[in-house]
Amino acid sequence: MSTVVLLTLTGLGLAALYFLIASGLSLVFGLAGVLNFAHGLFLSVGAYAGWFVATHWALGPAIPVGVAAGAATGALVELVVIRPLYRRPTEQVLATVGLSLAGVALLQSIWGADPRSYPRPAWTAHTTGVLGAQVPDDRFLLIGAAVLVLAALLAFLRWTRYGLIIRAGVENRAMVSALGIDVRAAFTLVFTLGGALAGAAGVLGGMYFGSVSPGQGAGLLIFAFIVVVIGGLGSVTGCAVAAVAVGLLQQFVNYYGTSGAGDVSVVALLAVVLLLRPGGVAGKVTA
Amino acid sequence: MILSVHDLSVTLGGSHILQGVSFDVPPTGITALLGRNGVGKTTTLRAVLGEIPATGSVDFGGVPALGRPTHRLVRDGLGYVPEDRCVFAGLTVAENLRLAVRSQDPDFRTVFGLFPELKQRSDQSAGTLSGGQQQMLALARVLLNPQRLLLIDEPTKGLAPAVISAVAAALERMAERVPMLLVEQNLAVVRRLARDAVVLAAGRVAWHGPTEELLGDPARTRDLLGVGSTVRRP
Repeated sequence: MSTVVLLTLTGLGLAALYFLIASGLSLVFGLAGVLNFAHGLFLSVGAYAGWFVATHWALGPAIPVGVAAGAATGALVELVVIRPLYRRPTEQVLATVGLSLAGVALLQSIWGADPRSYPRPAWTAHTTGVLGAQVPDDRFLLIGAAVLVLAALLAFLRWTRYGLIIRAGVENRAMVSALGIDVRAAFTLVFTLGGALAGAAGVLGGMYFGSVSPGQGAGLLIFAFIVVVIGGLGSVTGCAVAAVAVGLLQQFVNYYGTSGAGDVSVVALLAVVLLLRPGGVAGKVTA
Repeated sequence: MILSVHDLSVTLGGSHILQGVSFDVPPTGITALLGRNGVGKTTTLRAVLGEIPATGSVDFGGVPALGRPTHRLVRDGLGYVPEDRCVFAGLTVAENLRLAVRSQDPDFRTVFGLFPELKQRSDQSAGTLSGGQQQMLALARVLLNPQRLLLIDEPTKGLAPAVISAVAAALERMAERVPMLLVEQNLAVVRRLARDAVVLAAGRVAWHGPTEELLGDPARTRDLLGVGSTVRRP
């Protein structure tokens, strides 16, 4: 029983991390139609910014700084790289792939290729007893952050004008323009929002894994893409459901199966969803 | 003229769909844009609105429109009701309307006066509305803001006869406030609403003149539109 509880909460922690990365990625693709391979770069920039602040100054501001750095990177990439390429999807994909590779190389040139130890709050090193299992507290940090982000995102999409524009734009962005709305401003906003969430994931992921490396963002991005596709492009709720499914499946199969089987099982889940429900869990809706 | 289209050409996917279309829309009443399927009626509206690349010239209210972003043209008073309505299915009726509001003083009074059903269904998801209700919502969205010209594409397509009559009546009342360029296949609706007609054939304007003159000549109607004009009033 205690093993199942531990695996469940560890899987949910991983799911929380996937959700933080995938929700922004999903909104960007759902609204702007951009397959953003540079999203992992937003995560890495946020992670390194948080790490730099935590190691040179204080741990407290690490998350806000990581979020701000991710958001700024997202906005900059949209304005400088993506915006001139909205009518050229192939070049757009190539540009984001190139940016991702260049970003990893840039981070390597500054901080080296080796993982750097990531500072974390002292309390996350402790454990809490849950139904007989001793669960590391960093899981609760990730799960709590993801639940807060999910609630905030849903409130933003439900109650604000920009949220309304994003929800409508995911359905039909040409029609949003035909209502007199400059949908490009919403594109910049979702890139900024996606960057902020990735930045948060970068810092929290650093604390969870205990280290940060230049390729960390790109590595996590693969699973985030799987979550986005399973959840349904543009759907935040679908993303949350898919992240939980992927995180739990990966943990349980890795524990009870052979090493690496968890990753294979996630890909198998993706294949099953694509065959049975090509639009993903939620289809193309935002909330 | 509220809209002057001159030598408008559009090529999409290697097909030269519009080949030098020219016509004017007067500042009052309804002008029908007619033609057989696939002659470029919707393409003309979308090119005027800046949704697809085009060459030639389009003047809207005396200002060049071609090359301007769609949202700017719409903010200048060019309202658009697309074919198949394009309501946002995942949003409620109220949210669809709220999204369309641009002015400080949106005209909900006119909207709910014309379409009282929308008020009763404000919390209903737009995707669950009937075709007629969705059409009303699509028309309502453009009525909330001050407009100088409406581009309306096939508003009665796929609707039941009783609903067609209601939509035609709504368009008639809307036309008292704002001129329209109306793409419509239902010639009874055209006869009832449109003072002038522009007929496209093979990507060009094949005929332009008073609607009565066109529809009063069965041979010409059959030749240009491929149908007879002896249809009952909706």
